[in-house]
Amino acid sequence: MTQQTPGVSPGTEPLDLVESNPGRAEAWVGRLAFTLGPILLAFITCGILLAILGRDPIAFYRDILTGGVLRASGLQDSITRMVPILLIGAGLIVAFRASLWNLGADGQYLLAVAFVAGVGPSVVTAMPPVLGWIVLALGAVAIGAAWTIIPGVLKARYGLNEIVTTLMMSFIGVGIANLLVKGPFKGDQMVPQTGVIPADGMLWDLAGTTIHVGVIVALVVVLIVHVVLTRTSFGTRLDVLGANPRAAVHLGIDVPRLIVVAFMVSGGLIGLAAATDILGTFGYMRADWNPAYGLKVVPLVFLARLNILSLIPLAAFFGVLSIGGDYATRLAHLPNDFILLFVGLMLLFMIVTQYISARRARRDPTLPRRRSAAREATA
Amino acid sequence: MDLLTPEFLTALLAAGIVSGVPLLFASLGETFAEQAGILNVGLEGIMLTGAFVAFMVALATGDHWFGLLGGAVAGMAVSLIMVVFCVRLGLDQIVVGIAIVLCAEGATSVLHDIWYSATYPRLPVVPDFRVPFLSELPILGGSLFSQPLIVYVGVAIVAVSAWAIRRTRWGLELRAAGERPDSLDAAGVSVVRTRTIAQLLCGALAGVGGAYLALVGAGTFVPFVTNGMGFIAIVIAMLARGRPWWSVLGGLLFGISLSMATALQLIGVQIPVDVVQMLPFISVIVVLVVFVRDSRLPSALGMPYLRGSR
Repeated sequence: MTQQTPGVSPGTEPLDLVESNPGRAEAWVGRLAFTLGPILLAFITCGILLAILGRDPIAFYRDILTGGVLRASGLQDSITRMVPILLIGAGLIVAFRASLWNLGADGQYLLAVAFVAGVGPSVVTAMPPVLGWIVLALGAVAIGAAWTIIPGVLKARYGLNEIVTTLMMSFIGVGIANLLVKGPFKGDQMVPQTGVIPADGMLWDLAGTTIHVGVIVALVVVLIVHVVLTRTSFGTRLDVLGANPRAAVHLGIDVPRLIVVAFMVSGGLIGLAAATDILGTFGYMRADWNPAYGLKVVPLVFLARLNILSLIPLAAFFGVLSIGGDYATRLAHLPNDFILLFVGLMLLFMIVTQYISARRARRDPTLPRRRSAAREATA
Repeated sequence: MDLLTPEFLTALLAAGIVSGVPLLFASLGETFAEQAGILNVGLEGIMLTGAFVAFMVALATGDHWFGLLGGAVAGMAVSLIMVVFCVRLGLDQIVVGIAIVLCAEGATSVLHDIWYSATYPRLPVVPDFRVPFLSELPILGGSLFSQPLIVYVGVAIVAVSAWAIRRTRWGLELRAAGERPDSLDAAGVSVVRTRTIAQLLCGALAGVGGAYLALVGAGTFVPFVTNGMGFIAIVIAMLARGRPWWSVLGGLLFGISLSMATALQLIGVQIPVDVVQMLPFISVIVVLVVFVRDSRLPSALGMPYLRGSR
C-alpha cells in the first residue's frame, strides 16, 4: 500500500488547461480556435438535433440572438446574467487551478442566497442601504466560504476525494436553503418565499438601464482575483499545488492549509455571486428555486483555460445564451434544459479539440501523450 | 407511539429496498470502473439515460424486462463516450464525466418534454416475486422476500461479481489496471481492453439501476429523477473498496435512510420533504467523516494509462 502525502489523493492529476505563455500572433490564433471551435461545433450539433426534433435551427438561433441581444431588455438581462457567471467562474478557477474540484457551487450559492434574501429586507431598512449591502455581501461570502470547510478539511487532512464531498455538501446546502426559506425566513406571503427587499434597498441601476452596479463590482472583483492569481505568490502556490502536489510539499508549501484556503476563497466568491444576484436582480428567494449554475459554469472556465480575462467574454456569451435561450426555447416549445445539452456538448468538443491541437503541436501522430508540448518545453 | 410494529418495519424495509436497489446496481458498476482505475463521475448521467430509455422501451413494448434491457444497453452506449475519450485517448475522466452528466440531463429533459409531457404516461406496476415459504415470514416476508425478480437477479450478480473480482484471473487483471497499469501492461495484458470491459460493465449495471428507478420505483420517468443518486453510488463504491457485498449493505443503508421518512409518515410523523431529500447526503457525509481512514482508492484511479508516457 503506497503512503499518501497529506492532501494528495490519487485521481486528481492536474489538467493541462492552464494556458502557458501566449504572446505571439500564432498563439493567439490557436487560442481563439481552441475557444471558438468547440462553441461552433456545439452550435452545429445542436442545430442538427433541433432539425431532428422538428424545430428550425436557424430560427432557433435567431431567437437566441433576438432574445439575448437585439431586444433592449434582453441585452440588459444578458449583461446582468454575466454577474453570477463571472463570480462563480472566478470561484471555480481559484479551486481548479489548484486541481481542487469544487463541484458544490450550487449549495454554496443557494445557502448564501437564502441568507441574503432572508435577512436582507430587514437589514437594508435598518441601516443605510450601502452599509446593509456590505454587511449582507460579507455574510454571503462567509457562508459560501464556510460551506467548503468540511470538504476542504477532509481533503487536506485525509486526502478524501473532494468531488464527492463537495457534491454531497451541495445537496445538503440546497436542502437547508429550502428549509430556511419555508421556515424562519418565510415572508408574509401565502407562497413559500422570503420577504422581498424594498425597491430602494436594491443595488442601484446604471443610469438609464436595468443593469445593476453589481456588474461593476463583479468585474472589479474578478480582475483583482486575476491579479492575485497571476501576480502574487498565492497564485503561484495554487499553480504549483495544481501541477504537482508532491512538488508543493517539497517546496515547503503548507499544502493542507493552502487547500482549505483555496476552497474558502472559491466558496466566498460563489457566495458573493449570490449576494449580487439577490440584491441586484431578484430581491427575494422562492422555495425550490435553483438556477443550478454549478455544473453549467464548468465548461466555460475550461474554455477560458482557467484564465479570468478569457472568462469575461465567455461569461458574456453565456449570458446571451442563457437569456436568449429562455426566449428561444419558449418559442420553440422546448424546456430550457436544452441549454444543458449545449454546454455539455461544448465541454466534450473542447476536450477533443484540446487533444487534437496538442497532438498537432507535437507533430506526433502515433503516440498520444498527456503533457502538452508547451509545458514539456518549459519543464 | 410504537415504532416497532411489524407494519412499520415491513414498510421501512420494503421502501428501503425499493430506493436501495438502484444504488446497489450503480455502485456495483462503479466498483468495476474504480477497481480498473476509472473514476466515472458520469454515473449520474448514465443512470438518468438508463432510466429514460428503459421507460421508453417498457412503454413501447409493454414488458419491463425489455425496459431493463434497454436501460442496460443505453448505459453501455453512454459508457462508450468514456471508453473512447478516457480509456482510448486518455482524456481527463472528470471533465468527460461532467460533460456526460450535463448532456444526459439536458437530453432526457428535452425528450421527455417533447414525447411525454402532454400525456404523462405511466407504466403498470411491476409484479412482485414472492419467494415460496420465505415470503410468509413476519416482517422479512412482506419486504425482503416479496420483490420484483430483478432484485434477486441483482443480488445474484453481486455474488458473481464478488467471486469474479477476488477469485479469478480476470479480477486480478481488473485490480491491476487500477493499481499498477504499467505492471499489467508489462505482464502482457492490455490495460485498454481491461478498462474498456470494466467501463462497459459499469454502464450496463448503472443503466439497469436507472431503469429500476423509473420502472419499479416511480412507474414513470421524471426529468432529473436520479437527483444525486449517481453521486451517492460513487461514494458507496469508494467505501466498498472493491467488495461488492458492501455495495449491497451501503445501498440498503442509504435506501433505508431515504425511506425512513415515508415509513414515519405511515405512523403519523410528519417530516418536511426537504429533510427527507437531505438525509441520504447527510448520512454520506457522516459516514465519510467517521470512516474517512477506511476509504481508499486504487492508486492509479483517474489516471489515464497511455503506453510509453513517462
